[in-house]
Amino acid sequence: MTSFIEEIRKELSERLPNIKLRLVRASILIENPKDLTQVVFYLKENPRFLLDYLSSITAVDYLDYLESVYHLYSMEKKQGPVVLRVRVSKTDTTIPSLIPIYHGAELQEREAYDTFGIIYEGHPNLKRLFMWDGFEGYPLRKDYEQEDSEILETADIEWLESKGIGITNEVKEKAKQMKMENKRAAAQKPEKPRN
Amino acid sequence: MENMTQVENRHPSETLEINFGPQHPSTHGVFRMQMLLDGEKICSLKPVLGYLHRNHEQIAENITYAASMAYTDRLDYLNAMTNNFAYAIAVEKLAGIEVPERAEYIRVIMAELARLVNHITVIGFLLNDMGAFFTPLLYAFREREKILDIFEEVSGSRMMCNYFRFGGVKRDLTTENLTAIMQIVRRFPAFLEEFEALLTKNEILCMRCQNVGILPANLAVNSSITGPVLRASGVNYDIRKVDGYSIYKRFDFRIPLGEKGDVYDRYFVRILEMRESLKILYQALNKIPQGEFLNKKTLPFLKMPRNFKPAVGEAYGRIESPKGELGFYLVSDGTPQPWRYHVRAPSLINLTVLEDICIGQKVADAIIILGSIDIVLGETDR
Repeated sequence: MTSFIEEIRKELSERLPNIKLRLVRASILIENPKDLTQVVFYLKENPRFLLDYLSSITAVDYLDYLESVYHLYSMEKKQGPVVLRVRVSKTDTTIPSLIPIYHGAELQEREAYDTFGIIYEGHPNLKRLFMWDGFEGYPLRKDYEQEDSEILETADIEWLESKGIGITNEVKEKAKQMKMENKRAAAQKPEKPRN
Repeated sequence: MENMTQVENRHPSETLEINFGPQHPSTHGVFRMQMLLDGEKICSLKPVLGYLHRNHEQIAENITYAASMAYTDRLDYLNAMTNNFAYAIAVEKLAGIEVPERAEYIRVIMAELARLVNHITVIGFLLNDMGAFFTPLLYAFREREKILDIFEEVSGSRMMCNYFRFGGVKRDLTTENLTAIMQIVRRFPAFLEEFEALLTKNEILCMRCQNVGILPANLAVNSSITGPVLRASGVNYDIRKVDGYSIYKRFDFRIPLGEKGDVYDRYFVRILEMRESLKILYQALNKIPQGEFLNKKTLPFLKMPRNFKPAVGEAYGRIESPKGELGFYLVSDGTPQPWRYHVRAPSLINLTVLEDICIGQKVADAIIILGSIDIVLGETDR
């Protein structure tokens, strides 16, 4: 498997010398995210590889940066996978979208946007896929603070009372105090981040 | 039609926006299609998902590898066995666990039984959507019941099997189980004959399904469509053949392909695929060897799952589930929990093409097109 990746990297560095590539765990890391479409288009159209099938797009949070991982196969030649990865910082998360090349990227890119906040530039309909539109934060990032559904906040209490559901004073006091301290009802997390 | 007078547009036409679902029996769960209609014709269709979202991936990232096995049952709740299979393969790839011979055979038998269950159910529901109200579905459920009885006997649960373990399966198959499975395999063709006699050449079914929702092969490949939907469009791509994972290389079976890629082809490819599954089952049952059903090296992890810590790395394991390519992408950081756990869900990605094949069709056709794509909301929404 590694030899196939090696072959692809060699071919790419000969034909597209301006693009910086690096091998990471038997996969190709494209140093500049902007080069992604060029590389993928080349691999798709080159008769030696013909990677016409985009199997999966996903993202990973590595704390310092986010990574978008692509698994490409060839249905024509029955070979693969070729794993490509692109890294972006957490502040500027723009990666070019693969929709012009693969129609199948549509829902998967929306999913990665929804859960990781990676902005796929050029996606025609980059909206949240699973969460509702007003949702804040990106739930699969490691720094996401999960809400504790057991503890009620003032907004929750207002909503419940407008529906005619009674709330005990004790819970109300707690919510008020939390609002004064400007705290959210975040779930308990382990003290040290796993690394 | 020719001698009918053509009626010019007497009224200025107006489009109507309609929300199909989430509470609608034909969407097979809580799925919404935002349709724009011009009369009966569909002008645009946007799938809206997330009603069953539970962040399966984050749950899995906070529990041990072994504990996720039970959660994978709930993805595609019609075939828990194949979900287990894909997850087990991904973890075995990640940790480098070998699977004994007998366990591989048991896995293949279970996966193919699950394929029978899935295809028979899908066809039943598809006919239900077409208006053959519940009769074909109950015929199908009668057979499904027998296979679910086997699942219950070997794993303790009818649908949420949780039967696979890393490096094997939970429990061995007894000779009684094997004879019971053999009996099902022997009797199933008779049922298929009966089913087909009623359906395949049925004029109403043909008129309703043929030339509806045509999916061209190049669009299917470009949209990452997999499974029977892809093969109905005439693309020969079956991961059982291409990757030959587990021991599928040893069996003699063929891959049925469609010609046009319409709803009828998708129906018929599934019927033919069941016949091929029966072939595989027959061979596997005859050849199954004696031996271990679980790799002995993984026994300590069964008792203490927190001791199972794969080395830092990543793996992508995929299988041909009844719905398409089911893949698990795992990244390990050397702790008992996976750092990243991603499910490549076939029913979600097969929905990419829904709008393209529905445009220009009637509303009633959109229902059977959705039925023929075969989605399970537990898997699309995760």
